[in-house]
Amino acid sequence: MSNWLAQIWALTVYNVRTIPQRKGAAVAAAVGIAGVVAVFVGVLSIAEGFRAAMAVTGPADIAMVLRSGADSEMTSGLGREQVRLIADAPGVARTAEGPLTSAELFVIINLVKRSTGTDVNVPLRGVTQGIAVRGDVKIVEGRAFEPGRNEVIAGRGAAREFAGLEVGSRMEVGQSEWTVVGIFAGGGGSAESEIWTDAAVLQPAFHRGDSYQSVYARLTTPEAFEQFKDSLTTNPQLQVKVLRQGEYLAEQSSMLIEFISGIGVFVATMMALGALFGALNTMYSAVAARAREIATLRALGFGSAAIILSVMLESVVLALLGGGVGAAAAYWAFNGFEAATMNWQTFSQVAFAFAVTPPLLAAAIVWAVGIGVFGGLFPAIRAARLPVAMALRE
Amino acid sequence: MSTGNGVLVRVEDVHRTFWRGAEQIDVLSNLHLEVPRGEFLALMGPSGSGKTTLLNLIGGLDRPTSGSVEVAGERIDRMSNRRLAAWRARHVGFIFQFYNLLPVLTAERNVELPLLLTHLSKSERRRHVETALHVVGLTDRSGHFPRTLSGGEQQRTGIARAIVTDPTLLLCDEPTGDLDRKSGDEILGLLQALNREHGKTIIMVTHDPHASARATRTVYLDKGRLSAEKPE
Amino acid sequence: MRFLGLIWSNLKRRKLRTSLTLLSIFVAFLLFGLLCAIKEAFTAGITLAGVDRLIVRHKVSLIMDLPVTYGPRMERIPGVVSAVPFVWFNGIYQNEPKNFFATMAVPPAPFLDLYRECVLPEDQKQAWLNTRTGAIIGRTLAERFKWKIGDRIPLTSPIWPNKEGGAWEFDVVGIFDGANKGTDTSGMYFRYDYLDEGRAYGEGLVGWYGARVSDPEQAAAVAKAIDAEFANSPYETKAEPEGAFVQGFIQQIGNIKTILLAILSAVFFTILLVAGNTMAQAVRERTEELGVLKALGFRDGLLLALVLVESGVMAAVGGLAGLGVAWLITARGSPVPAMLPVFYLPTRSLLIGLGLVFALGFAAGVLPALQAMRLPVALALRRHV
Repeated sequence: MSNWLAQIWALTVYNVRTIPQRKGAAVAAAVGIAGVVAVFVGVLSIAEGFRAAMAVTGPADIAMVLRSGADSEMTSGLGREQVRLIADAPGVARTAEGPLTSAELFVIINLVKRSTGTDVNVPLRGVTQGIAVRGDVKIVEGRAFEPGRNEVIAGRGAAREFAGLEVGSRMEVGQSEWTVVGIFAGGGGSAESEIWTDAAVLQPAFHRGDSYQSVYARLTTPEAFEQFKDSLTTNPQLQVKVLRQGEYLAEQSSMLIEFISGIGVFVATMMALGALFGALNTMYSAVAARAREIATLRALGFGSAAIILSVMLESVVLALLGGGVGAAAAYWAFNGFEAATMNWQTFSQVAFAFAVTPPLLAAAIVWAVGIGVFGGLFPAIRAARLPVAMALRE
Repeated sequence: MSTGNGVLVRVEDVHRTFWRGAEQIDVLSNLHLEVPRGEFLALMGPSGSGKTTLLNLIGGLDRPTSGSVEVAGERIDRMSNRRLAAWRARHVGFIFQFYNLLPVLTAERNVELPLLLTHLSKSERRRHVETALHVVGLTDRSGHFPRTLSGGEQQRTGIARAIVTDPTLLLCDEPTGDLDRKSGDEILGLLQALNREHGKTIIMVTHDPHASARATRTVYLDKGRLSAEKPE
Repeated sequence: MRFLGLIWSNLKRRKLRTSLTLLSIFVAFLLFGLLCAIKEAFTAGITLAGVDRLIVRHKVSLIMDLPVTYGPRMERIPGVVSAVPFVWFNGIYQNEPKNFFATMAVPPAPFLDLYRECVLPEDQKQAWLNTRTGAIIGRTLAERFKWKIGDRIPLTSPIWPNKEGGAWEFDVVGIFDGANKGTDTSGMYFRYDYLDEGRAYGEGLVGWYGARVSDPEQAAAVAKAIDAEFANSPYETKAEPEGAFVQGFIQQIGNIKTILLAILSAVFFTILLVAGNTMAQAVRERTEELGVLKALGFRDGLLLALVLVESGVMAAVGGLAGLGVAWLITARGSPVPAMLPVFYLPTRSLLIGLGLVFALGFAAGVLPALQAMRLPVALALRRHV
């Protein structure tokens, strides 16, 4: 056994040392694999970043209520009476001031995106107790808006991506003017891409009377959700659907994430095929060029298995080199790259940063090794099957 | 083309110098050689004496550093690359030590190669190929690829390729160097027959005395100089 | 041509290598074709936007409504030929959001006059004018759900519930085709009067207007005049040429063009480097054979041509197959109609692809061939000894 390992080791070291003599082909194969890994990581880091921005794993104790049939807050609508019934439902956490629910309005306004200088749809949310219900909203700059006044606070991502959201700046929406008084972080979901204000001042500005679009409720415990949901859905005065915030966010982002992941995996698969053919060609020509040496080694008593493994190891070494370079390049180029895109399902902008996560890098390296293994296997078998006598004579 | 008999190849005061880095190597210097039409000349000499270089100069594969090379009255050292290629196709047939057949073509396709450069039609080409293969006695192996032919058969294919255009001059570089004695003798017999019966002028580089014995004249090349006697 | 046999024999020299190289070229061009189709899916709207059309929406955002009375007022502005209201209905089929397709309420005759790229047979047009619950659907949509004329389709709308509180019923009276390949036929249009009478609230409100101007040159000026007309009213407008509107919409998604171009160049760079290197290696290996051919009297130019034809054939076979398969895939329609309603391979991309095929064939062959050409025959012949 140790003898066998020693054989493989000796052959692999020998093979790898001869790589510089086959620079052109070896570099081409490694670059091919680097390209696959870079594209794979690059595209999927968009999906990862988007998933992170949507904070799909929302807190389990926040529930959302929409009109039944609505597929997003945008298309939902709830009247004042319904909002009151929801707040009184069992399972809702309470403070001294009353139930912890926030009736909210969700509209979009046009702002200018910094990177392109063009108009984009930015979500503007009117809240009643939004900050208290979420629990994790932090004002990182300035202060919170005062109820009843034309003041807004902007999410961190929104302030970064869209022009005119600095603290103190004024924005014109319709005929009224609003002042940005603070920047906030947290809030769950894509809140950081949003602008928040008092629902009571947003209603008249958008001709919404006294209607809202959604109600966010903090539950006493995550387990209270079923009780809360059942009481609302069985109430004949309400036609609503109740879901956990996490579920809603997953639903809202599923299309885009699936789309990007789909494209990413498809493109990477096709590229991997191309790179695989390249690796096969490289290894076949490496074996062909060394037919005589391999035959000599066989004549000296090295076993077929050792030769197969050593050729495969060489190919895997090349693949790992290429994959490492590709992954490093992708990390350097994409990680943290800040962007904003439109979520089709809400028509509004979500600011996010490309995220090259460790599992993504690991998956990319697995692809690279896979290409290396398959690229080396068949040439290795050919090497081991070379008739010794004939190869020696050539 | 020059007149009837007389000198076919005239090499005058030829120098050929190579550079290996800064070092100058005079492979041939002040060399004179005349080869009459119809001669079978053996060119002997030790390794590195410049035999192949001289052969390449006569075949228009290389140019002298100075001096002139005249074949059939034409100064081939002054021709452009383009004209030289056309000249080679018309006037010279090469026979190599390692045959240099294209592995991807059958024997007959290899023989046909030089004819692709002529204006012959497909059927004419086929007739010429058949004739050439008949002359070298390889008609029955014409559909084989080089790797399935023996060394002697491969060299006969090489000879057929050299004669298929009916060139003025055959240039052979160690034609028997890679063959066993029996096959080598057959090849030499074939060259002799081409010389005697078909009137081909042949210049053959060799260091095998058996081979040179078949020639009508032997010259020796040593340290870039020619002599009629074997140098000691 | 008399040299074809020689080229063919060379291609067959290493069948495995030739096929692997062909396959990687095939993959590269297949990917090229599909990514071009995706890019086209995002940007087709810009190039196809009518130069004589404006989109007029609420100044604050697209989701805010405008009164239906603005239509006649706009039509009185000089330069405006017609103003057609649109209402985004957001119809949901079988309560399944994945079944999403665009549904809009419009007045039939003015709509068909404004969007002449929606081609509807005359009898179906008459049927639509005569049927209050009538709807016309695009060819792509009809194929997606296998709907045909006479079908009754129930849709719910989260935005516009009807007075009865149930689903809206629509009768398919026509199927329209696109006048151009890029025309979006994935949506459905139904009658505004049907919506307006049936909806529980929001009577007289529309989403946006499509307006035709008499002179495209004056489009920007007319847009300004429209905005001025409604300035300082409760519903201020933003009018812009359709192309600018579509472009703005696409830019919201992010810089699709840059991202796709980056992916494309990465793919091309890597796969073609790999394939090109293999092809170049195939030529380098033959240096001494090229030397033999030179000795036999083959001119440099002829040899160069032979090598280039050989690598050109490789590139052409692999590349054309890749483009062809991409074309076949796109011809079958969009794999994700909800995401990419328009999906086809534009002729321009095919032509660029063809150019790249030739560039690859040339680039992979020319360097090693030139190298071999420049090598003196005597040296080339000596290489393997």
